[in-house]
Amino acid sequence: MESILVLTHADETGSALTKASLEAVTAGVDLAARLGAELAIGIVAKHASHAAAQVAGAANRLLAVQGEAFAQARFASDAAACTEICRAAMPAIVVAPDSSRFARVMAVVAARVGGAIDTHITAIGGAEAVEATRWFYRHRIEAVITRDKRPWFLLLDAGTHAPYAGEGPHAQPDEIAIAAELPEMRTQVTGFRAPKLDQQTIRPDAKLLFVAGAGWTKKQPDGQVHVEEAGNLILRFLHLSGASLGSSKSLVDQGGEGQPVLPFLTHLNQVGQTGSTPRHPKGLATCCHGEEPHVVGWRFIGERRAVSLDANCGWTRGKADVVYVADAFAVMTKVNELLGEAASRS
Amino acid sequence: MANVLHIVVCAGMAPDPLQTLEPTTGPNGPGIKNEMVLPAVLDPWAASALYEAASLAAKNPGSKVWLVSLGPKAKLQQVMMTVAQKVGFELVPVDGPIGGFPDAHATAAALADAIEAIPGLDRARLLVFGGWESATRGAGVTLQLVGERLGIVDQFQGVDQITLREDGSFEVLERVEGGKHQVSVCAGAPAVLGWATGNLPEPRNNPQVGMANMRTIMPALQKAKSVALEANGLKYVAVNLPRQQRETRVEKNLSAEEIAREIVEWIEKDNR
Repeated sequence: MESILVLTHADETGSALTKASLEAVTAGVDLAARLGAELAIGIVAKHASHAAAQVAGAANRLLAVQGEAFAQARFASDAAACTEICRAAMPAIVVAPDSSRFARVMAVVAARVGGAIDTHITAIGGAEAVEATRWFYRHRIEAVITRDKRPWFLLLDAGTHAPYAGEGPHAQPDEIAIAAELPEMRTQVTGFRAPKLDQQTIRPDAKLLFVAGAGWTKKQPDGQVHVEEAGNLILRFLHLSGASLGSSKSLVDQGGEGQPVLPFLTHLNQVGQTGSTPRHPKGLATCCHGEEPHVVGWRFIGERRAVSLDANCGWTRGKADVVYVADAFAVMTKVNELLGEAASRS
Repeated sequence: MANVLHIVVCAGMAPDPLQTLEPTTGPNGPGIKNEMVLPAVLDPWAASALYEAASLAAKNPGSKVWLVSLGPKAKLQQVMMTVAQKVGFELVPVDGPIGGFPDAHATAAALADAIEAIPGLDRARLLVFGGWESATRGAGVTLQLVGERLGIVDQFQGVDQITLREDGSFEVLERVEGGKHQVSVCAGAPAVLGWATGNLPEPRNNPQVGMANMRTIMPALQKAKSVALEANGLKYVAVNLPRQQRETRVEKNLSAEEIAREIVEWIEKDNR
C-alpha cells in the first residue's frame, strides 16, 4: 500500500497555509482515498498550530517543523525542514505545491531521501499505478508519466485542484526538532520588492488576463506611434476591470532594443515561451501577432477573445473563441468608456 | 577590491520557439520528430544566465566563465556558431541525448560530473548559473540537483538580479508569486542561481569574440565525453499534442462600439 505525504507551507503571516498548499491537500486526500492509502500532512511554518488546524481533519498524521528559522522562504532551512518531515513520514508518494518556496528546494529534498521528482503536475490519475500529467516544451506537448522509484515527489501546479476546506478536530501536530541537520545559515531573506499597490499590474487572482502585444507601440494609421496613449488606455482598462496584465516577449524586449516601450511593463508580465503561463478564467489579447509562443501563454486561460487587425492571424484560429478584426485603440477607448459609466453608476 | 569568480553556466539546447513540434516515439522513448534537424537555440533562460555571467565576470577582473552543455556534439557545434559570438566563455561539452524527455536526475548527474572535472575550478569562488527552467523539460530541478551533488547549500531560483558587494557577499532578487521579488543576502560563493530573464538585453554578435571562443570550442567538442542517461524509473504512458481545438468566431464587420459592448458584457457576465 502506498503511503502519501502532503507537504505544505505557511503564507507570509507565518501561520496560515497558502492556497496552493491547500490545493495540494485536496489532491493528497483524493489520491489517498483512491489508493486506500495512509495520508500524512507535513507543515513548514513559523507557527504551525493554526496551519495544522486548517487540515487536521484531512490526515491520519500531522507533522510540523516550526520556528523562526522557517518563517523565511530560504533554500537551506526549507530543504532541511522538508527532508526531516519526509524521513519521519517515510512516504511512497509526496505531493506538494509547485510554489516558488517549494519549487526552490524540493528536488534536493527528493535527492536527500533517495527519491525522484516531477514538477508542474496538472493531474494525478491512473487505475493501477499512480500516473501524473505534465507538460513538456513549454506547454506544447502533454505527457502522462509514471515512476517505479519511491518516494516519488509530485509538485502540483497552482489552480489544478480546489483548496481543501474540510472540517476536522483541532489536533496538535507532532513536532520534529531540527538541530544538527541545519547547516550554517549563509543567506538571510531581507524582504520583498514589488511595485506600489496601485501600480501592480500582475494579479494572479484576477478573473481576466489582458495581453498587450507589440502592435500597441507600432505606427498607427496616421503614420505615428502613440505609446503614451496606448499606455493610458491599458492602465485605465486595468484599473476599471481589475484585470491582470500579460505581455508578449517582443513588446517587453523592445526596451532593450531602443524602441518605444510601455513603461509599466517588465519581464514579469511576459507570457509564453520565456514567460509565465498564467491561469485565469478569461483572457483578452490585443495587438498580438504572435504564433505558437503566444498560444503557449494562453494554455490555461478558459475563455479567450482577441482584438487584432489581422483577420488571417494564424494563432487565433482554433485557439481563441472570438476574434474581433478591429483597431484595438478604438475598441479599448470604447470599452473604457462603458466600464467607466458602469463604475460611476454603481 | 574586485571579487574573482568562477562562474559555471549550465545550458541546454531547445528547438527554436517558432518551430512546430510533433512528438514521436523511438526505441529510446519519446522524442520530437526530426529534432536533430530542427533549428535550435541555446535554452532561453539559460542564455539569460550566460549573459549575466559574462557581465558579472567583466565587472570582476580575473573571473572566468565556463559553459557546460549536454547534447549531441553535432547539434552543440551548430548552436555554438551563434552563441560563441555573444560573450566570451570556455565550453565544456557533454555528448548526450537531445530533448526534454530524458530524466532530469540523470542529466544533473552528468552535468555535475562535468563541472567537477573542470581543471583549475576553485569551488570556493564557484557560482553555478543556469535557467530556472528549461524550454524543453521545464521542470526546474536539474540545476538544484547539480548544486546538491556539488555540496552547495545556498540556492536561488527565478533570479532576475544579483548585486555583488565588496566583501564578496551578494544580494539576489528571486521571482515569487504575485509579480514580486524576494530579496536575499548571501554571504558569498559558492551558490547556485537559476535565472529567469535577468535585466540584460541579448548581446550583439561580435565576430572577434566568436573567433576567440571557437579556438577552444572545436577542440573541446572533439574531446567531449559521451554519456548515456538512465531512465531512473521514469516511464511515459502517453505523449501527445494538446487536442483542444476551438471553434473560432471571426467578427470582421462590427464597429468599435459594438465590439466594446460585447467585450464589456462578456467581462461582466460572471461578475454580477
